[in-house]
Amino acid sequence: MTMKSNSRRVDGVTIMDLSGRITLGEGSVMLRDQIRELLGKGEKKILLNLGDVTYIDSSGIGELVSAFTTVRNQGGELKLLNLTKKVHDLLQITKLYTVFDVKDDEASAIRAFTK
Amino acid sequence: MTLERVSYTLDSTLDSVNKAEQTAEKLASKMPFDDEDCHRIAMAVREAAVNAVLHGNAYDPKKKMMVSFENTGDALVITISDQGRGLREEDIPDPLAEENLLKQSGRGIFLIRSFMDEVRFRNLEPGTEITLIKHTGHSTEGASEGRQ
Repeated sequence: MTMKSNSRRVDGVTIMDLSGRITLGEGSVMLRDQIRELLGKGEKKILLNLGDVTYIDSSGIGELVSAFTTVRNQGGELKLLNLTKKVHDLLQITKLYTVFDVKDDEASAIRAFTK
Repeated sequence: MTLERVSYTLDSTLDSVNKAEQTAEKLASKMPFDDEDCHRIAMAVREAAVNAVLHGNAYDPKKKMMVSFENTGDALVITISDQGRGLREEDIPDPLAEENLLKQSGRGIFLIRSFMDEVRFRNLEPGTEITLIKHTGHSTEGASEGRQ
């Protein structure tokens, strides 16, 4: 199952609900394009909901890192929401868990963005 | 003793990467590995196949990726080789180093080493062969942070 994405806005934060696989040639390019599109529209508070992401490979991890740094370099914030155990473990192993701001509750994640 | 051995010669495409990954998961699931290990074996194979197709063969339609899976009874042994320009193990940067942490790429081999029991590289001149071994009977549950 390739990646699917739906975006919605809540209190000035763009929430991207992602599902499926974020892997080389599948979800990773789609994620990159969508982040660029959001930034192009001036939407710089981005919450990636990974609750329905079933699989992510090293390319997908790289795309998350790239999204994080791209958004940050443009003065924005990118946070992660609802990690599955597999994605959580991958971020732990790669020492990225402490790099990302990871939340497990949407309301508190939205409140955590700079007003 | 080899209980089952299959091998493929595949084009340098993402479809081949997916085939290698799916075959690994299917074979691992028929051996006494738990779901977590099956997932990790499949992911390690995917990462190795991506390296072969993308970094080794650079999607060159004239170059092939060879993949073999062997159930030895107490281990699953996977060998993946490419016909690319070769890989020097010592040139692989540590993705956990502070200066590499936010780099977009460079985590594939680290994940392979984290998920498999043994990982060996062989220079084929030209090309690289990587052998991945997972023994049955012990789990990598909680693959340790920083394991290389």
